[in-house]
Amino acid sequence: MYTFSSKLKTFSFVLMAVGLLGIGYGFLTAPKDIQAVEALLAADSHGEHAEAKQGVATPSQNSETTHEVASVGKDKEVAANHNVKVDTEHKEHLEHVYHQLSNKPWAALYVACIFFMLLSLGTLAFYAIQQVAQAGWSPVLFRVMQGITAYLPVGSLLFFVFLLLSGFHINHIFIWLSEGVTKLGSENYDKIIAGKSGYLNFPFWIVRASIFLLGWNAYRYFSRKNCLAQDESDDNSFYKKNFNISAMFLVFFIVTESIMSWDWIMSIDPHWSSTLFGWYVFASFFVSGITMIAMVTIYLKSKGYLENVNSSHIHDLAKFMFGISVFWTYLWFSQFMLIWYANIPEEITYFVTRIQVYNLPFFGAVVMNFLFPVLILINTDFKRITWVLVMAGTVILLGHYVDFFNMIMPGTVGGSWFIGISEIASVLFFLGLFIFVVFTALSKAPLLPKRNPYIEESKHFHY
Amino acid sequence: MSNKVIYAIYNDDDILMDAVKKTRAAHHHIEEVFTPFPVHGLDKAMGLAPTRLAICAFIYGLCGLSFGTWMMNYIMIQDWSQDIGGKPSFSYIDNMPAFVPIMFEETVFFAAHLMVITFYMRSRLWPFKEAENPDVRTTDDHFLMEVAVNNNEEELVSFFESTGAVEVKVIVKN
Repeated sequence: MYTFSSKLKTFSFVLMAVGLLGIGYGFLTAPKDIQAVEALLAADSHGEHAEAKQGVATPSQNSETTHEVASVGKDKEVAANHNVKVDTEHKEHLEHVYHQLSNKPWAALYVACIFFMLLSLGTLAFYAIQQVAQAGWSPVLFRVMQGITAYLPVGSLLFFVFLLLSGFHINHIFIWLSEGVTKLGSENYDKIIAGKSGYLNFPFWIVRASIFLLGWNAYRYFSRKNCLAQDESDDNSFYKKNFNISAMFLVFFIVTESIMSWDWIMSIDPHWSSTLFGWYVFASFFVSGITMIAMVTIYLKSKGYLENVNSSHIHDLAKFMFGISVFWTYLWFSQFMLIWYANIPEEITYFVTRIQVYNLPFFGAVVMNFLFPVLILINTDFKRITWVLVMAGTVILLGHYVDFFNMIMPGTVGGSWFIGISEIASVLFFLGLFIFVVFTALSKAPLLPKRNPYIEESKHFHY
Repeated sequence: MSNKVIYAIYNDDDILMDAVKKTRAAHHHIEEVFTPFPVHGLDKAMGLAPTRLAICAFIYGLCGLSFGTWMMNYIMIQDWSQDIGGKPSFSYIDNMPAFVPIMFEETVFFAAHLMVITFYMRSRLWPFKEAENPDVRTTDDHFLMEVAVNNNEEELVSFFESTGAVEVKVIVKN
């Protein structure tokens, strides 16, 4: 049995406390109204801002004046019009920035919240695959995986609360949830979103979310229950039950995962769509989940709790980290390259924003999630060296956080992004919560399943 | 100098593995082991050095990547950078996504083929090569260990008979 070390427990509480303080700070310092934004922008970069204003104004002025050189009266009128135009543009700009800045602490929270929840969902998918594939190497790691997926119920609950808050207009993360967007004649009316409102409407969306979350959590609950019951049983009936529900879960998972990615991530940019998006999101959190299994396994092993886990098990996990990292890159590139190549305006804006405004995170994610793991984990010997794996795993996990950041931030905070206190504090809070929940769950059951049919093979697994 | 060798023939891979371990422990030099199929762990038991083919493949892959990059850069950017459907040919990086499929395939192509050729060369395999099996049964269901004799013929024969060999032969090699 694992006992939750008091040091780690304290550490997780510290993370949560620091995270909460930072999150609170982020909300308190977000601008309250447009005047605050104006003051902020003026203090921040007045010269630059004024220049940008002029840059927008000059072309229209020039063309107007060349056409209407003869008429002086007309010229005056144009100048007056121009002043009004600049004023409304300025106001619109302020409003735009105000929405971005007030979204920022929410978006930071959302990225961290969905990242950790999906990470434990990725672990659950990996676990289900291992069950269905009747893998002979992984049963010694089942309890570790169950420990990590113990975060799923907690994470789902927080995530669902967040969705509800969005639905009740507490925040403006999802633009299609704003009032008047689908109402003809409203100043917020958006024809494209209105056309999608048969699918993107709050009641349907929240019901879908609850079905998905309940389905995943139900599988996790019963799978763990059966696994524990199998320990005390004298036949393999619980093992068979687990096999069946895992197979059913995987079917349910792949459908709900795809829809989930449209609902919770793609709908942040409701004017844009991509068909392989579901797979792309899946690859991202699947590799994070596998990496987390490896990290927790290495930690427990280093504390002497997993005597049956040998370097071959670690090696296998490292191979999965390597392979799925490449798979992620394949999907990242396929999505990017197809849209870049055809360059259809309504699709390409997605990547134009990311390349122009999020250049470093956008390409940095590829370096962290592809280049680094590929060069490090290609070596067989390195896959067995603990510190190499911990380093690669840390980079992969951070890289996939950045990946989710890239998916969510451009549609919510746009050019006002920054990895500052709000973002880091949100990650720290959820990391603390994750550590607390996972290691509490690990201490609830023996770390070695007793009579799994493949447990002997798994104990002597050697590659 | 004697050019005699011992052929110890086995009919089970487990017995062969044990025999190899015993032979190593007795410090007899194993010249070669012939098996009809890969015996898992035999190389380790014989103390063979690990293969470096994977390292070769990695380097070949890098060569392929470089070749693909150079080729596309020379043809599409340097030599005749015309506008094809609005693709930006101003510099390599501008149009890189379009080149990635070729760069990838070149990498795999070089890595795979050059590694296979390296394997053939290092293991001396080619179409009209004369087969080297000392006993035709080793391609079917027998395992053969070849050990050099250094004026200790009697001792070796009795040693291999004690390791479960179904047949121990002393052969004079030319």
